[in-house]
Amino acid sequence: MSKILIIAEHDGKALNLSTAKCVSCAKAIGGEIHIAVLGKAVDAVAAQAATLAQVSKVIAVSADHLEHALAENWAPEIVALAGGYTHLLGPSTTFGKDLTPRIAALLGVNQLSDVMEVINAQTFRRPIYAGNAIIDVRVPEGSITVATVRSASWQAAEAGGSATVENRAAAGAASGHTRWISLASGGGDRPDLQSASKVVSGGRALGSAENFAIIYSLADKIGAAVGASRAAVDAGYVPNDMQVGQTGKIISPDLYLAFGISGAIQHLTGIKDAGTIVAVNKDGEAPIFEIADIGLVGDLFTIVPELDRLLG
Amino acid sequence: MKILVGIKRVVDYNVRVRVLPNGSGVDTDGVKMSVNPFDEIALEEALRLREAGKANEVIVVSIGSEDCQQQLRTGLAMGADRAIQVNATGAVQPLAAARALLKIIEREQPGLVLLGKQAIDDDNNQTGQMLAGLWGRPQATFASKLDVDGDKATVIREVDAGLETIGIDLPAVVTVDLRLNEPRFVKLPDIMKAKKKPLDVLQLAELGVDNGPQFSVEKYNPPPQRQKGIMVESAEQLVQELKNRGLV
Repeated sequence: MSKILIIAEHDGKALNLSTAKCVSCAKAIGGEIHIAVLGKAVDAVAAQAATLAQVSKVIAVSADHLEHALAENWAPEIVALAGGYTHLLGPSTTFGKDLTPRIAALLGVNQLSDVMEVINAQTFRRPIYAGNAIIDVRVPEGSITVATVRSASWQAAEAGGSATVENRAAAGAASGHTRWISLASGGGDRPDLQSASKVVSGGRALGSAENFAIIYSLADKIGAAVGASRAAVDAGYVPNDMQVGQTGKIISPDLYLAFGISGAIQHLTGIKDAGTIVAVNKDGEAPIFEIADIGLVGDLFTIVPELDRLLG
Repeated sequence: MKILVGIKRVVDYNVRVRVLPNGSGVDTDGVKMSVNPFDEIALEEALRLREAGKANEVIVVSIGSEDCQQQLRTGLAMGADRAIQVNATGAVQPLAAARALLKIIEREQPGLVLLGKQAIDDDNNQTGQMLAGLWGRPQATFASKLDVDGDKATVIREVDAGLETIGIDLPAVVTVDLRLNEPRFVKLPDIMKAKKKPLDVLQLAELGVDNGPQFSVEKYNPPPQRQKGIMVESAEQLVQELKNRGLV
């Protein structure tokens, strides 16, 4: 039977939703599920992890040098915990993408990136070429499977569990060569882009940071998170953490509203899993209309305020 | 200081890749091949550091068949001083690539290794992190700003929560994101000059790189297609449609 260890992502106060999605992936593999919570003082987060359904054990490791998720400090701790596990899962967020490959290398194995489906305990489905091909990959017998879980492909596991929490001392010390300095967050009070059920996105056609105000207003009206195309981020209209696409965030809201986004392949990769895609664009030939469920050709500067009024 | 830059030959980012009908792979016949765009940004950053007097040599390295010499020549034309091809047949998975790069590091002793954050073919996003782990050195991934000051560097990283700043001691591995810089265009005289620059060929097998354990790809599947949607004529109709579907 499989024995699966999930690396928890959190901000020191609460679990990131990506962890509950890893639990769903672990359930699909089947077996005993444990979660490792690393940080400076992780009691509260570990207690939260222990409530996820079907998790039988939470391993909590608190140490000063684990306060920030520096892969140089975290990877050796996970390696020290990994003995006896058949699978090691991290989320396919920037946290997991940074950390998990370092762990895999230290364990002497390759890593599966962005698992979207479990075929069996050794075989997994993942996207390549910006999602233009999906491959079935088999992990060789006898080696630990190290994988990142593509958040957009999985529902978050529900609460209702009551795992035991086991505290362990850190195995190592700070690397000495890598130091965390600061985090500048672009986000405000709006819903988190990666977990929001509705997302309103703007593209280069907005023309300026000021003009994005109409996007924010509409988003607030319907309780949506705000996203953007790479072009809008490159142009400096919005911060990088709002970018949706192959190299930004891959999201799966129930409703995605795209305004003035033409729909480069790299952007479409980020929204393919959305429930309903709505596109508003001046150019009726824009590629985004090929995947939109509802399309409207027109000027966003008249349509967005109209929607804002009609939805009020 | 020497800077080592890894570059990968990939299907050009403008090509819409298609899965072969028999599921054995993707169609790369006659398809345009290029330097992985993230690796181009890594090389550009290395060249700027050399131009700023913070490095004296930029070496480009690629792992692959003889074909990847084309991309190494592109790197030389951009301004790299010399190139190394690690000759390998078949697909090289990230762990083997990281092990091979570590061998090159042991020979060349670079102060900085710059790589793209991911290759746009396999979208793995692993090699830099694996290399740093095997090397026991810092990894600054998803870099959108890099300041080198003597034997230290400050890196701004694009993470889900925003922009994170970390400090690292060199030598280190830095993997680059899209907004770090805009790579220069190669001019024709540079292409001519690049032909005269040194390009060494090493054999992967002779480096003593352990290739296993390898993943096997059982099948390539086309992506699921979304159903064709509908067009509406006005904001009112759009709102009505969203209400009908229970979305607002």
